Amino acid sequence: MKKLPRLFTFAAPKTFYRLATVTGPWLYAIAAAFAIWGLYVGFFVAPTDATQGDSYRIIFIHVPAAWMSMVLYMAMAGWAAFGWAANARLASMMARAIAPTGAAFTFLALWTGAFWGKPTWGAWWVWDARLTSELILLFLYLGFMALVEAIDDVRRADHAGALLAIVGAVNVPIIYFSVRWWNTLHQGSSISMTAAPKMAHTMLLSMLLMTVAFWAYAFAVVFMRARAVVLEREIGADWVQALAAKK
Amino acid sequence: MSTMSPMMAILSRDLRLASRRPAEALLPVVFFVVAASLFPLGVGPEAATLKQIAPGIVWVCALLSSMLSLNSMYASDYADGSLEQMLISQLSGIELAAAKCIAHWLMTGVPLLLVSPLLGLLFGLSWEAIGLMAFGLLLGTPILSLMGGMGAALTLGLRNSAVLILLIVLPLCIPVLIFGAGAVSAAESGLSPAGHFYLLGAMFLLSALGAPVATAAALRISV
Repeated sequence: MKKLPRLFTFAAPKTFYRLATVTGPWLYAIAAAFAIWGLYVGFFVAPTDATQGDSYRIIFIHVPAAWMSMVLYMAMAGWAAFGWAANARLASMMARAIAPTGAAFTFLALWTGAFWGKPTWGAWWVWDARLTSELILLFLYLGFMALVEAIDDVRRADHAGALLAIVGAVNVPIIYFSVRWWNTLHQGSSISMTAAPKMAHTMLLSMLLMTVAFWAYAFAVVFMRARAVVLEREIGADWVQALAAKK
Repeated sequence: MSTMSPMMAILSRDLRLASRRPAEALLPVVFFVVAASLFPLGVGPEAATLKQIAPGIVWVCALLSSMLSLNSMYASDYADGSLEQMLISQLSGIELAAAKCIAHWLMTGVPLLLVSPLLGLLFGLSWEAIGLMAFGLLLGTPILSLMGGMGAALTLGLRNSAVLILLIVLPLCIPVLIFGAGAVSAAESGLSPAGHFYLLGAMFLLSALGAPVATAAALRISV
């Protein structure tokens, strides 16, 4: 009988590399399938909104992207902090691999928000609390990436990035609660864990399907980027050399 | 010197070093005045517009001018090796970071504070608004020094560290800008500025407690 993998099995770059290589195509397939299903439900099945017309349909991309932007920042800060505290190399590599994807989702959330804002609010951009704090999140991602890129010493880069990511994590709850704390233009959340959904079930379904798609996509690209980082850093290791010789 | 606490020793040393090069120490405040006086030329000299945007301009210029001087906070000590000696001495990194931040604030924050009423007059602000703006700067500029100290420690000895500091620290300082300038605008439109000041005060306390610890950690990473 095969032994089950233990908790830290995949903390070794070599085993992680294998895991990421095997799961990569599946994750892409899941992302594509759920995106097609979610967009179909969102664009063809969900009813037209009574007040916003068809322009509301951008939320099927906007809301999951905004969720991902915050979740990925916390994941990045968490992995970076763990890598710093426990001196776990792979955790720091994961943090570095997550940052560009998080920045991309933040940009997507801001961009789709602008598309929705133009017909609904009459402006591409307003200096509202949630928009501003989301913009700061984008700057924090950019600052993290710029800092770790600027430092040549890998260890120093990982630890300095971790510190910056932890300090910046203060911003995430501010984004999340901004619509409750400040009574500004951006509407409150439509989905709550404690109350019945205020929207049509097909709308909710589409949003959740898109969320699954974005999660799978995030895992897929982060794993792909992490593989590249692992290969780059472990270039001296035997298994990387063996891998290179095989190809 | 033997009776002086290590923190006071670092503080007085930094201030004495700055006093030996007065022209260099005055650069940030000169930049502050020059940058702020560009706005009326760019925006146009309409008194009503200027009055409305004055608090924002003063705050943005204060933010930028205190960022510009951050680069030199640890750089010369790092270059000649004294920073390393300070870190391996009995002095805690937190005390070192706090002393450096206080020195930076005394050299850049306080001059900005003293010059800001002059800028307020240039932009046609009322005395009441000038007072509020100065009070906001009094609460806000220490935060800039504290957050900036962390940025300076993280980017120690890197290429392009001056630009990198801006990219790292400015996003963290945006709330200070919002509430600092917001206090004056709120008072101008007849609302109480107290809420803004409470938030600034809270941010000051938070950064005063957190930033020296983070800076000390950053120094240990960088050196």
